[in-house]
Amino acid sequence: MDYSQFGSMIPELIVLGIFMLVFLFDTFSNENGKKILTPFTTVLFGLGTIAIWVVPACGEMVFGGMYINDTATNAIKAILNIGVFIVFLQSAKWVDSDEVAIRKGEFYELILVTLFGMYLMVSARHFLLFIIGLESASLPLAALVAFNKRHYESHEAAIKYIMTAVFSSAILLVGLSFVYAFSGGSLYFNDLAFTISQGEMSGLLLVALAFVIAGIGFKLSLVPFHLWTADVYQGAPTAITSYLSVVSKGAAAFAFFVIFVQCFGAVYSDAWEWMMYAVIILTITVGNLFAIRQKNMKRFMAFSSISQAGYIMLGAMAADGLGLAAMLFYILINKISNLGAFAVITTIEENAGKLNMDDYNGLHKTNPWLSFAMTLAMFSLAGIPPFAGFFSKILIFTSVTGSNSWALYMLVLIALINTIISLYYYLLVVKAMWISPEEPKIGSFRTATSQRVALWLCVAGIVFFGIVPYIYQYCYDAVQNSLALLSIF
Amino acid sequence: MFGNILIWFVVIPVIMMAGLGLCRNSSMNAIRGVMVACSTVLLGLAIWLCCDYLRLRGMGVDDEMLYTGSWMWYAPLNIHLAVGVDGISVLMLLLSAVIVFAGTFASWKINPLPKNFFLWFALLSTGVFGFFISIDIFTMFMFYEVALIPMYLLIGVWGTGRKEYSAMKLTLMLMGGSAFLMLGLLGIYWHSAPEGGQLTWNILEISHNASIAPEWQGMLFCFTFVGFGVLGAMFPFHTWSPDGHACAPTAVSMLHAGVLMKLGGYGCFRIAIFLLPQAANELAWVFIVLTGISIVYGAFSACVQTDLKYINAYSSVSHCGMVLFAILMLNTTAMTGAILQMLSHGLMTALFFALIGMIYGRTHTRDIRQMGGLMKIMPYLGVCYMIAGFASLGLPGLSGFVAEMTIFFGSFQEADLFHRCFVIAATCSIVITAVYILRVVGKLLLGPVQDEHHLALTDATWFERLSTVTLIVCIAGIGCFPNWINETIQHSFAPIIAAIQGGVI
Repeated sequence: MDYSQFGSMIPELIVLGIFMLVFLFDTFSNENGKKILTPFTTVLFGLGTIAIWVVPACGEMVFGGMYINDTATNAIKAILNIGVFIVFLQSAKWVDSDEVAIRKGEFYELILVTLFGMYLMVSARHFLLFIIGLESASLPLAALVAFNKRHYESHEAAIKYIMTAVFSSAILLVGLSFVYAFSGGSLYFNDLAFTISQGEMSGLLLVALAFVIAGIGFKLSLVPFHLWTADVYQGAPTAITSYLSVVSKGAAAFAFFVIFVQCFGAVYSDAWEWMMYAVIILTITVGNLFAIRQKNMKRFMAFSSISQAGYIMLGAMAADGLGLAAMLFYILINKISNLGAFAVITTIEENAGKLNMDDYNGLHKTNPWLSFAMTLAMFSLAGIPPFAGFFSKILIFTSVTGSNSWALYMLVLIALINTIISLYYYLLVVKAMWISPEEPKIGSFRTATSQRVALWLCVAGIVFFGIVPYIYQYCYDAVQNSLALLSIF
Repeated sequence: MFGNILIWFVVIPVIMMAGLGLCRNSSMNAIRGVMVACSTVLLGLAIWLCCDYLRLRGMGVDDEMLYTGSWMWYAPLNIHLAVGVDGISVLMLLLSAVIVFAGTFASWKINPLPKNFFLWFALLSTGVFGFFISIDIFTMFMFYEVALIPMYLLIGVWGTGRKEYSAMKLTLMLMGGSAFLMLGLLGIYWHSAPEGGQLTWNILEISHNASIAPEWQGMLFCFTFVGFGVLGAMFPFHTWSPDGHACAPTAVSMLHAGVLMKLGGYGCFRIAIFLLPQAANELAWVFIVLTGISIVYGAFSACVQTDLKYINAYSSVSHCGMVLFAILMLNTTAMTGAILQMLSHGLMTALFFALIGMIYGRTHTRDIRQMGGLMKIMPYLGVCYMIAGFASLGLPGLSGFVAEMTIFFGSFQEADLFHRCFVIAATCSIVITAVYILRVVGKLLLGPVQDEHHLALTDATWFERLSTVTLIVCIAGIGCFPNWINETIQHSFAPIIAAIQGGVI
């Protein structure tokens, strides 16, 4: 075996390296040393993110075509890293609280392991490697969800999460075994794509596709596979909720795109176009309608992120380079907007212990900057210009309508009407903070510095990532450069 | 980029926001200083642009758009920040600048959170100015939405009455309209070039390519026209307008009725009709019916209202219906009338809402049954109200007369029975307008004093006078010298009329 092949796994090696350093530091440092674990990890991770961003991707298939590190996978990895970095910043205060401080090393290690798993997921070009990535991305998450040891809800959420994760993996594996049967003994994406483009459409493949969609649908919490989402989001510690809602979803969406467009692209219109058509409409609509009635902010964000996942999957419906670029951009923008909202929710939870939307009434009187940041995050999630969310939505809609088919225009129309519904419930938060005449229930407090930094990063992203076209251009170039090397499209 | 004068119409409001961001909420004078300085500069810029535009046209420059500039924004989708103006947009910019200027003075004593109020107000004007200078439909749509969303907070926080309900209703309905609009624009984009050509969002290039197939034009026309029509308060999508205007604070009502509703008319004109001329020919009748209903229904509704703001909101429905109605006649004279009506209605309604705000600030009621004889108590405001009323019912010498005359004159050129019937019905609205205007003037200004407490009220202050005088001068200016307007816009109809005639099969 040629060990130099490991040289092309630079992002994975970086994350593993950080993981080892954090692990060793955590194991061998004394009480005083532990105090700087948080800044140590955050800074190290920030440097790692920059390294992934600047080190060029080699773009070659290695390990016999199992793994690829090209510009597109590099872009999604960098995007995932930005999310994790902000999660680290906004959780800095929580991990130093009495209950958690003693285990904070575990927190960072588990997150890094799941991140490593996601890297494998997006880079895999063989279903075995994909499954390994998927499992190592989801099982440690259950431990993270249960991180608030003394809270009943946290345990319940973890049990729910692990059951769904295992169940969905099982469904996915059933689907893959059908795929294996169909392809005549290969799980390489390239072989599969070839077999499918040669072969006829068959019932076996249809069932296999349905199972695969269901399996990944659980990870992405697409409707009707979303039932675990709200409870897990509510029960998990807020830092983990924000991690779940943005980072793991981004990786799964990208992997979905690669699998369906690269392997099953040939049966797009025969098989999975209409399946995803129905799933996306359901996801966006049901997520929106349930979000309207939520009073708890974490449940609210859970349903809002279900419907956002529907919008992300619109990129898969476009099934071309423009769609993937728009999807990457959407994932990034959704990430910073969601994390901005979660940063506010976390600070308020930690400083005032309030989690209900009613508690936000009159917030602008006591915490004008938090209300301002939250307003921007809500506007961005709703897709209001000039904030970044508007551009990500429009770009994804533009890519979907590119094929000029009536059905896809109707899909976009339904999505657009749903943005109006979503605008309604995002405005409810704005209304509570700015318009509600009641006296504020939350006193004014000073936000911790790390959270302040996280919030500023998110606000800067929300304001500038749309107006400045370079971010989208980066996603687009990344996709275009990898098109030449991959035979995806 | 900053060498182009049009860009400054967006840059100055952004500077205004930055300047406001530096002020403290308590330092009212600093906030006012920033607002007055920037809105004056904007007004000056708009006037200069108008004069320079006329000078260039006088020199015989006959491009479709002047001061054009185009900068690549999102290269993969060929989205540009493209700007350019013709006579119509120049006048719309002037109108917006006048109303922003007047609105600043009308909200001189806004309370609470003056800084936040003006921040959103400035964002709103950024959207309005950006919309009128853009000739790229993506940028245009973006600015359109920028102009819509601040309304939610402006009405919700600083409004009166059922403000939460109205703000939500207005925002959702307008955003719903823009959802349809977005779909229409996407369709236009993906058909903007013949097979294999470079797709574009630029209005001039799209109309030059004329490559949108007739079977697509119908659907796209409906989507875009309804999308803009919602903002133009077209029946049956007008219901946001009365509630929204009634609950909004003064300056926001002014800007919204005065300028924002014009975005609807301008958009229908510039996008729906200009880019989809064949569909415009075929489907105009549907919307003529709807706008015809708007005109008459709005006027009748205004007759039975007792709240001053509701009366004017319904009269706006009627007058804005007239704008869309005239545009749909698809001939030069009626379209000239439509532009005149946009200007006239913008100024007149802004004046109305400013005055109502001032009266409400004194009497704390807007119910005409509880007020009377205000002419004796506050003669200045009373006279202004009368002038606004006369402009609204079309007294010669004021702007309403010129606009409505031109519209009906132009509309009557369409000689078939269908058009004739609707034009006659629409003309009747002049009489109904007279009914509700005179009813209000009689009750509110003349008549006996209803409430003794009102006797202690004072007349207008200097900033209120400044605000109203600006508007009245413009109204009388249009009424007395309409030719100047005509001269500015006469070059701008040729491309549209050519497109429409080219579209006749």
